[in-house]
Amino acid sequence: MILTKAQYEEIAQCLVSVPPTRQSLRKLKQRFPSQSQATLLSIFSQEYQKHIKRTHAKHHTSEAIESYYQRYLNGVVKNGAAPVLLDLANEVDYAPSLMARLILERFLQEHEETAPSKSVINSMLRDPSQIPDGVLANQVYQCIVNDCCYGPLVDCIKHAIGHEHEVLLRDLLLEKNLSFLDEDQLRAKGYDKTPDFILQVPVVMLCPLAVEGHIIHWIESKASFGDECSHHAYLHDQFWSYWNRFGPGLVIYWYGFIQELDCNRERGILLKACFPTNIVTLCHSLA
Amino acid sequence: MAAVLESLLREEVSVAAVVRWIAHSTRGSEDNPGEAAALSSLRPLRKEFVPFLLNFLREQSSRVLPQGPPTPAKAPGASAALPGRPGGPSRGSRGARSQLFPPTEAASTAAEAPLARRGGRRRGPGPARERGGRGLEEGVSGENLPGAGGRRLRGSGSPSRPSLTLSDPPNLSNLEEFPPVGSVPPGPAGTKPSRRINPTPVSEERSLSKPKTCFTSPPISCVPSSQPSALDTSPWGLGLPPGCRSLQEEREMLRKERSKQLQQSPTPTCPTPELGSPLPSRAGSLTDEPADPARVSSRQRLELVALVYSSCIAENLVPNLFLELFFVFQLLTARRMVTAKDSDPELSPGVLDSLESPLFQSIHDCVFFAVQVLECHFQVLSNLDKGTLKLLAENERLLCFSPALQGRLRAAYEGSVAKVSLAMPPSAQAVSFQPETDNRANFSSDRAFHTFKKQRDVFYEVLREWEDHHEEPGWDFEKGLGSRIRAMMGQLSAACSHSHFVRLFQKQLLQMCQSPGGAGGTVLGEAPDVLSMLGADKLGRLWRLQERLMAPQSSGGPCPPPTFPGCQGFFRDFILSASSFQFNQHLMDSLSLKIRELNGLALPQHEPSDEDGESDVDWQGERRQFAVVLLSLRLLAKFLGFVAFLPYRGPEPPPTGELQDSILALRSQVPPVLDVRTLLQRGLQARRAVLTVPWLVEFLSFADHVVPLLDYYRDIFILLLRLHRSLVLSQESEGKMCFLNKLLLLAVLGWLFQIPTVPEDLFFLEEGPSDAFEVDTVAPEHGLDAAPVVDQQLLYTCCPYIGELRKLLALWVSGSSGRSGGFMRKITPTTTTGLGAQPSQTSQGLQARLAQAFFHNQPPSLRRTVEFVAERIGSNCVKHIKATLVADLVRQAESLLQEQLVTQGEEGGDPAQLLEILCSQLCPHGAQALALGREFCQRKSPGAVQALLPEETPAAVLSSAENIAVGLATEKACAWLSANITALIRREVKAAVSRTLRAQGPEPAARGERRGCSRACEHHAPLPSHLISEIKDVLSLAVGPRDPDEGVSPEHLEQLLGQLGQTLRCRQFLCPPAEQHLAKCSVELASLLVADQIPILGPPAQYRLERGQARRLLHMLLSLWKEDFQGPVPLQLLLSPRNVGLLADTRPREWDLLLFLLRELVEKGLMGRMEIEACLGSLHQAQWPGDFAEELATLSNLFLAEPPLPEPQLRACELVQPNRGTVLAQS
Repeated sequence: MILTKAQYEEIAQCLVSVPPTRQSLRKLKQRFPSQSQATLLSIFSQEYQKHIKRTHAKHHTSEAIESYYQRYLNGVVKNGAAPVLLDLANEVDYAPSLMARLILERFLQEHEETAPSKSVINSMLRDPSQIPDGVLANQVYQCIVNDCCYGPLVDCIKHAIGHEHEVLLRDLLLEKNLSFLDEDQLRAKGYDKTPDFILQVPVVMLCPLAVEGHIIHWIESKASFGDECSHHAYLHDQFWSYWNRFGPGLVIYWYGFIQELDCNRERGILLKACFPTNIVTLCHSLA
Repeated sequence: MAAVLESLLREEVSVAAVVRWIAHSTRGSEDNPGEAAALSSLRPLRKEFVPFLLNFLREQSSRVLPQGPPTPAKAPGASAALPGRPGGPSRGSRGARSQLFPPTEAASTAAEAPLARRGGRRRGPGPARERGGRGLEEGVSGENLPGAGGRRLRGSGSPSRPSLTLSDPPNLSNLEEFPPVGSVPPGPAGTKPSRRINPTPVSEERSLSKPKTCFTSPPISCVPSSQPSALDTSPWGLGLPPGCRSLQEEREMLRKERSKQLQQSPTPTCPTPELGSPLPSRAGSLTDEPADPARVSSRQRLELVALVYSSCIAENLVPNLFLELFFVFQLLTARRMVTAKDSDPELSPGVLDSLESPLFQSIHDCVFFAVQVLECHFQVLSNLDKGTLKLLAENERLLCFSPALQGRLRAAYEGSVAKVSLAMPPSAQAVSFQPETDNRANFSSDRAFHTFKKQRDVFYEVLREWEDHHEEPGWDFEKGLGSRIRAMMGQLSAACSHSHFVRLFQKQLLQMCQSPGGAGGTVLGEAPDVLSMLGADKLGRLWRLQERLMAPQSSGGPCPPPTFPGCQGFFRDFILSASSFQFNQHLMDSLSLKIRELNGLALPQHEPSDEDGESDVDWQGERRQFAVVLLSLRLLAKFLGFVAFLPYRGPEPPPTGELQDSILALRSQVPPVLDVRTLLQRGLQARRAVLTVPWLVEFLSFADHVVPLLDYYRDIFILLLRLHRSLVLSQESEGKMCFLNKLLLLAVLGWLFQIPTVPEDLFFLEEGPSDAFEVDTVAPEHGLDAAPVVDQQLLYTCCPYIGELRKLLALWVSGSSGRSGGFMRKITPTTTTGLGAQPSQTSQGLQARLAQAFFHNQPPSLRRTVEFVAERIGSNCVKHIKATLVADLVRQAESLLQEQLVTQGEEGGDPAQLLEILCSQLCPHGAQALALGREFCQRKSPGAVQALLPEETPAAVLSSAENIAVGLATEKACAWLSANITALIRREVKAAVSRTLRAQGPEPAARGERRGCSRACEHHAPLPSHLISEIKDVLSLAVGPRDPDEGVSPEHLEQLLGQLGQTLRCRQFLCPPAEQHLAKCSVELASLLVADQIPILGPPAQYRLERGQARRLLHMLLSLWKEDFQGPVPLQLLLSPRNVGLLADTRPREWDLLLFLLRELVEKGLMGRMEIEACLGSLHQAQWPGDFAEELATLSNLFLAEPPLPEPQLRACELVQPNRGTVLAQS
């Protein structure tokens, strides 16, 4: 789903200060019925993450944490079964999973002698049964299952999506008989930067606008929507690094991207929302 | 000087004698006595004749060319006689060229300002990028700045000239502005062209040490001025140095002579029709004067001068062949004469044959002269590119004046295949990452490795930014990128990192800046670019089209200063901005090494014997290889020169006097960065000048002023001068240098002699004649010089300024005076990387000698094939050993390690110790490597040689070639293996050990045996991510909060579990973390089912799941856990306080499902009875409401009371019968 910048901005506009809940997502789907759900979810998630990055700091002041914790305590004293933590997160416009982490940290600080390590916290978030306080465990669990942008479950879903698309791409490459080296093989060889796939024999992708077509040496699969922010980060950390080492290549944003970002074609970074169909391979008879 | 010309014109001496006289001072005796006598008196002037002649011609043409196309540097022979040079900045900066402008300009400061600016600009390193403001840059070629004034003019300055001239045409008829020469005879002098003639004084006293008349500009150590700068305002008077008086006397003498002559042979006056034509106005309104052979004013005189001039060119007595051709082309294409009839009393009959009368009195004269000269140089012309030939052949003046020459040119054009394209294919490519040199093993530490990783990215980021912005006005390299570059360089702490970075830098330089060699820019040692293979034809056409669309780049006239065009500018600026001495040193080391390597590369030598079509194919490749090597060398040498002389260059004028002596004393101690003298000597001896000289010229072009004064470099210059003189184009013979090779050398040397730092007097030094040079060289039979390695493409690529000739002709056709619009320069892409390594020279002894002998009489391609095969097979052999023997040993190591781990328990002991044990067991097996390697080479080499050699290779030759290939390959492989096999095994085993130990570690689940999908699986199962997401939705609905209308249907739940089964059975898309989460979610789902917490959506508002449905779902889950999950399922979570606590909220509490589930778990072997007991036990410790704790205790007891192994039939019954759990719940 390739969107123009204007289309993208229209969607992003609807996402300002929307809590990352099931319900919000449902509404979004109703608002933009023509867009694919995965694309909408991806955009939603990215927009929300941007929002959280911007406001993250203000939730992490000691005053803020203290006030949240007190509100939580007061809330559960009144009614432990009510969604205290979730409501609190939504009220202060913070991600429920992150709020859960914040309160859990604070709780453990109070109840354990030593400050809890990150791995302990992560483990408890993954499995709230480990949380010593039953009420807090329920509250945390509720936050996690109700958060559609953060939390261990969401992370796992994202990871799974990424993996699935890599597998999908691998199958397509095998189907097209294009031999490649994957990330693991590259790492084993000592490459310092590893795209998902390096084609052992480059191919040319033809497109109507470029007479010469575009050479592709490597392919990177991105199971997300390519918005400006993420694309620029990827360019800096990954795509240009690949170009620097392996020459021009292809990025597949399976959930689409902003059309205007596909401006480095001539330079050697090509964007697509699916596996290209018009590929020309090196003919052995010519070699 | 003038006297020589005079006597020539009077036919007292023959042209041949004059040329002999100039070329060989000692051979006067060969001439006829009369001539010898006439010339011998002038002997001291011999050296000065050529500069005089050139200056004379430039002077004479000055009326024709001001508003024409760019003129080449006028030879300011007498600029030594203009001592007012340091007079003022603006004057100085104009250099000698300023003499071509009327004095008005000098008098008016307003007019001077733009000139001065132009002067400064044009002396920049190139038209492509003129940022100015960088001191170093000015130092490179900006010697003409104040103080160093009066230097020869740089050719690059010319292009801007016409516009100014046009907008400000000199009023030649104004006697006040151009007053007649002082007091000397009235009349004639006043008609002199607007600028001062640079008279060459006849003076016996002049010696080498004095300022000399030079072709271009005075020597560095010119006499300091004692004259005021005011001389400009009065060119004929005050400005003349003391020597001028004798000059005036000489003129006087000549005049007398002439008047005598006049009485003997009066010449008819030739009216000059153009005299009345209006002064040229602004560009565009120019009308070309037609040239008519019938109206040439004095043919004989012109013919004579043309002949002398041509002979000087042919004998290489002029410093720059192409500059002279450019001048001649200018004459040919001169549009109109700038003159004023009224003020030209010289045009009276009788003075026409004298030097005092203008040589070119009309366009007809100019064209006639030009055609005369061109006729003498047909051979050079016919070797120009096809485009130039076409323009020449189509030139109507040429047709008109010499139909014969035109015919020959047309024939040459039709037969020419010398299409030259200088268009650059678009877009840069990065140096590819090569694990052999770039992976971690090549770095001293992880930190160095990762630092370099980042640096590579920063380097390209900087490069891309430069690509994007460098053409934008106002963008500044230093401002934009300087600090980033320095920050990056600052991180290169380790010396090893520097060498890595330099390697990257150098490779990128070669990739980007090498002009396209041959058709597709294909480069040695690399497979041709895919694109060019796929659509070479289409692409070629595209590039040609692009080339046509782009205005021709002005390369800065026929003698541009050394520049860094295009992306070379990036590398130059990078070096400057980095300003890191470590970097520079490493770079010089690396460049020197690469230059030595390439310079010594055994390039194929042409076999004169095989002239058939096949060898042509070979020869194409060899010529391209030569071009690639040569262009690489030139590029590397240019940068080496730039970096090496960087510390010595500056904007300040060259030192003089004592200061210079002390600098010389100091500098002569410094060893050269690369022993270029030896390389040159060897190159000349081995007849490889065609390879060595062009890069040496690039290197020397960046030398500072002191360099040519150093003995070491002076030797080099003398060698080069001798070489230049020896390259007489007309002398062609078997075994000597090829014509185009000579032409290339003449072009590059001619260019070098124009570099400001090269003193002009150097060229006219009275060094030994050219044959002295010939004697030195003990040449091998067929050196590279004798091979036709240079073609027009290479010639024009190396010397783009030759293309100025074509532009001149094109301009004539287009009729416009100067094209506007910038040339869009693109980055040169190539696929270049390392050029083939030198063939192995290790073989020794008799066999090696025999092999050498064997190759001697075989075509060179055979040798290359064999060496290539040996090199590749040897290398593959090592890889083969790695993949077989070493891999086997690694597998052994892994199994040994497993045993070790089993016997020593989980920990397995110290990894280092383990490694030692393993290595001591395995390394001895490495000895097999040599035998295996030999076997491999034996097996593989012959086939490869067979495949690569032509079919008709005789059997004996083939088998010898095979044997040599086997031997060389074996030698290479075994040498490597015997030195490295143990280390290799160690390294691989070490990697395997750490891999195994790591795998032992955190994720045992990941290691567990995994089943793939069944063979029939088509991978259509729902994706794991989708299922996690779906289950998460159900969980969130169950946990709440939820809207009143939210819920799930039992069918949906069933479907979901069905899908989960499918997904788990198709492993295609499943990764371990996803499976773990699915397992956890399924357990959570089961707990919610047991606690009846799932909000059900159904037609009757029934919010609880039916018992039977719930059980069915639980059964599905149990089956999934049992059959389909391959990773561990956290079933104990079913009994976690949190999940059991869910039951506490339900009213009435129903324990039957939990009990059912627990039983099934035990029955299916999913959980042990003991395990469940333990979980139930720990549940009691939690705090529960009183009644709940009781019920829990009852459940525990009930479960514990069960018979340990119930019969299967009973289980089946339980599904339909109300079970005890229900009873319990209802009680």
